[in-house]
Amino acid sequence: MPLSACVAGVAQHRAQRHFRGSPLFSIEQWANLAAEALSDAGIEPGEVDGICCGGDIIEASRFVPATIAEYCGWSVNLAERVDLGGASAVGAVWRAATAIDAGLCDVVVCGFVSEPRPPDPNPGPPDPGYVYGASSNEWGSPQAEFDIPYGNLGQNCGYAMYARRYHDLHGWDEASRAKIVVDQRASAAVNPDAVFHGVPVTADEVLSSPMIATPLHMFEIVMPVSGAAAVVVTSQKRAGSARHRPVRVAGFGEHITHKTPTYAPDLLTTPVAAAAQKALAMAGITPADVDMVQIYDCYSITVLLTIENSGFCGPGQGLAFVRDHDLSYRGDFPCNTHGGQLGFGQAGLAGGMSHVVEAVAQIQGRAGERQLARHDRAYVSGTGGVMSEQSALVLVGL
Amino acid sequence: MTHVPATGSEPLAPPLPRPTPTSAPYWEGLAAGRLRLQHCQTCAAWIHYPRVRCPACFGTDLAWEAVEASGVLYTFTVAVRPTAPMFAGSVPQVIGVVELPVGVRITTTIETDDPDGLRVGMAMKGVFDTSERVALLRFTPDR
Repeated sequence: MPLSACVAGVAQHRAQRHFRGSPLFSIEQWANLAAEALSDAGIEPGEVDGICCGGDIIEASRFVPATIAEYCGWSVNLAERVDLGGASAVGAVWRAATAIDAGLCDVVVCGFVSEPRPPDPNPGPPDPGYVYGASSNEWGSPQAEFDIPYGNLGQNCGYAMYARRYHDLHGWDEASRAKIVVDQRASAAVNPDAVFHGVPVTADEVLSSPMIATPLHMFEIVMPVSGAAAVVVTSQKRAGSARHRPVRVAGFGEHITHKTPTYAPDLLTTPVAAAAQKALAMAGITPADVDMVQIYDCYSITVLLTIENSGFCGPGQGLAFVRDHDLSYRGDFPCNTHGGQLGFGQAGLAGGMSHVVEAVAQIQGRAGERQLARHDRAYVSGTGGVMSEQSALVLVGL
Repeated sequence: MTHVPATGSEPLAPPLPRPTPTSAPYWEGLAAGRLRLQHCQTCAAWIHYPRVRCPACFGTDLAWEAVEASGVLYTFTVAVRPTAPMFAGSVPQVIGVVELPVGVRITTTIETDDPDGLRVGMAMKGVFDTSERVALLRFTPDR
């Protein structure tokens, strides 16, 4: 089946550490965000017949797409809640595109929201979820039994263990790992929507920021922010009469092997390797053919491993590759030109959509000061868990 | 729901494993100072953590067998900030993964007074920590 579905419009809210808007319930945020993305595309809300969302609608822990469809007044033929953590956004886009190409539906909104809700006047007991983060402490959960008792929970220590093994096997060039942050912050510095707008950093500042879990420092870890991001995916025919240049979903891949890194088949060949290979092959291109990469970046090490595993350089060559290339919007290997989550901020699941939104904005030629000269083909990745669940897209401008 | 309170000024205790009918032999083994793993009688794969089916062949003929509590350090980190409030009293905490000669990997903590001297690939030996109600398997450099 040839791939033809396209991203037609996007919406993304400013990343904010201290939210200055009016708090809304998640379901209200989602409806407003969808309206913005549809307006951007020039597609009427009544045309929507598909929804891809995440688990971030606080008012609906289950039956999420039905709740959204009812609230928005839509009759949908695709109702998908994607449960892939940081890979949910990339996963949502290819699910939408495939459903459209299969003829199931014609206009799908993929949206994720993470802005404050109104304070509850009658708060219940605090949700213990934050203590365990993405880990489950339920009885019978493998993590509860074999990982959490040893302190292996949340994200920091897991990603730190990837970094430790990488460096012990491939060398301790920490300045190059820090350079990933430096280059992305250079792009964030010219992005008015980024939390680190106007605030570049040096490698020395990165490596002298507080140590969190060796060898990872605070500036190598995303800054949580409020925000929201959505895209509208539609058929190529409908995209052709929309407002902006259609951006075709030319290839995609997804691969999952584990939840906890302890049980990964190989810590340094992460699932994105298989996902990228499939996405690029589907699009009929090689890594050398892309004009930009928008790589999921919860940590510096995530970018390093994804560049390497996706085939932009050979195994063990990632640090040298970063040293030899400028990853900023001005550079010869533009990577996370919006600043990435390390520079833009991470607004929950919307953080993973920021990479898709940036790829689309670049391809459509509306990335402002950070607009690339060559901007037809993008490689986009999503990563959930601890390099656990990974998805990849190839986006091509028509 | 979990049994750990989310708020309060009292220090939270690190949560202990709660054995299940499937995993009980593993924890009983640790309490007796022995590391026992599931061994698939169909495809010969060693299995950790315990399961009802072998993740290599999906078979159900699994036997518990004792193995040496030793291996090599696959990776580790020194958590300078606690990974969760329950570990606030444990930092800096050396969290690691040890790979056993039979191929399985185990999450653990590394007991050492020289975390800077740790290297991926170092030989490690097990330490059966019976200080709590459920025994844990920690490791220390084997030198």
